[in-house]
Amino acid sequence: MTAEQIIFLIVAGVTLASALLVVTTRNLVHAALWLVATLFGVAIIYTILNAGFIAVVQVVVYIGAIAILFIFAVMLTRRELRDNTPQLNKNWWSGALVAVLTFVGLAFLLQGWSGFSKTAAAIPSGFDAVAELGNQLVSPEAYVLPFEVASVLLLAAMVGAVYVAFTRK
Amino acid sequence: MNFWNDPLKVAADWLTGIFVGWGMNDVFAQVLVAFLGVLMLITILMVVDIFLVWIERKVVARFQDRIGPNRLGPFGLIQPFADIIKLMIKEDTTPDGADKVVYNLAPMLSMMSVLILWAVVPLAPVMLGVDLNAGALFIIAAGSIGTLSIIMAGWSSNNKFSVIGAFRQVAVMVSFEIPMLATLLIPTIFAGSMGMNAIIQSQDIWFVLLSPLAALIFLIAAIAELGRAPFDLAEGESELVSGYNIEYSGMKFGMFYAGELLHAFTFGGFWAIFFFGGYRFFGLEKVSPFLAIAIILFKALVGYWVIMWVKYTVMRIRIDQMLAFNWKFLTPVAFVLVMVTALMNALLRDASSWLFITGMLLSNVIVAWISLEFVRSASKKERERVEGVKQVVEAHH
Repeated sequence: MTAEQIIFLIVAGVTLASALLVVTTRNLVHAALWLVATLFGVAIIYTILNAGFIAVVQVVVYIGAIAILFIFAVMLTRRELRDNTPQLNKNWWSGALVAVLTFVGLAFLLQGWSGFSKTAAAIPSGFDAVAELGNQLVSPEAYVLPFEVASVLLLAAMVGAVYVAFTRK
Repeated sequence: MNFWNDPLKVAADWLTGIFVGWGMNDVFAQVLVAFLGVLMLITILMVVDIFLVWIERKVVARFQDRIGPNRLGPFGLIQPFADIIKLMIKEDTTPDGADKVVYNLAPMLSMMSVLILWAVVPLAPVMLGVDLNAGALFIIAAGSIGTLSIIMAGWSSNNKFSVIGAFRQVAVMVSFEIPMLATLLIPTIFAGSMGMNAIIQSQDIWFVLLSPLAALIFLIAAIAELGRAPFDLAEGESELVSGYNIEYSGMKFGMFYAGELLHAFTFGGFWAIFFFGGYRFFGLEKVSPFLAIAIILFKALVGYWVIMWVKYTVMRIRIDQMLAFNWKFLTPVAFVLVMVTALMNALLRDASSWLFITGMLLSNVIVAWISLEFVRSASKKERERVEGVKQVVEAHH
């Protein structure tokens, strides 16, 4: 086992454990903090995959914006931060079924992919991943359409948020 | 390659050689040496931090026409050590009903979010932790960990004042991140890279000459991110006692305080890196890496001094004024400036350097002038509105 594999196993274990704690902790702020730990674990996995830029963006967007927003929402909307209601409702089995089916489906799909059991080729030195990513995002042969569609979606969400929050005089 | 040209590499190779000589695994020895390097950097930073306390106290004293600490040692240099001993032996209190784990984690995270910034600071061309190709974005990421630590501290203390302080501080930090990120794109446009070393290397002309407005907006956003006056409404002694760190005592409070000072110094350094050429100074950095370190530390101290100058001169502003200033003024100006700079850069890329500088400078001046005109008309309207309200109230009496 190489050092990289050991690090991966530790990080993946911690990420999964904190993800489990997000849904089992009764204290909502603690759940949000465990979510931060989970997202941080995902960022470390990106770093192991040599995607430093994505890892940094993960921290900026998910921890810096979304997790903070969660904590704010919890603090502003709940008077008691501990819920006494049961954590599972009567549909728990269908949720579990969907989760298991998704996992099995993804595993099955990846099993059929030729690159599944190969080790990735080493990245040539002097390869600028950020520049390459930027070119891919704006090049018509690559991802310019999904990129623009996602931008329009975000713009629509922003307009909707402004409309909801706007008070008429 | 000798010690005076690349001291870090020579020292690391020497140490790795010793460890391998002891029969250690090659990879393990390299990891251990890297770990020792990090430990050394953090230790040096903490020692610098001790002296920053002294610098801060001396400078504020000068601004307020006092002398400052002058009893212990020459120029009061031993004073910060006495302060630290006092903090160490103070009683460590935990408030009733506090969330103990989160409460104790918050000061550590706060300090960590500052120390982690130094992983990407290039002290000299050959001396830096990692030359991350997303270096500029890394600062914002570290800042978001700082935000998290503040909200953790405020919430876990089980105190209304600290929660209000934390809310205010987080509102400031989350909103000022956006103009900061936008202005960080401007050096990125000029350098064609987000890496710190690449940004410094491409500053044959300091970027402050190309885009003074960006340097100014970055400084304002940095001061807000630091939570220093005029944006220290999270502290607001007259209303919140001390803000998010109200319940902390002893060294835990010390962690927040030291973290804030080091953070200010670090952002002085980033200001120098992005806009004032970092470790470069008329080719002096090529003479010796040690000279380069001296240059960047000097520039960081100048930046830190400017931040202190603002802090001890300008009054605290209200939270609604602060948010309106950011969202209605700073953010639009920063985004317009990014667009104008990108456009000008594309137009003038092949022009001579004199034309390039003049064009950039002129576009900055025009953006600044138009935004100031907007502010003037907006403030005129606001003043008329306030006058109108006053007249209505008087008519009623």
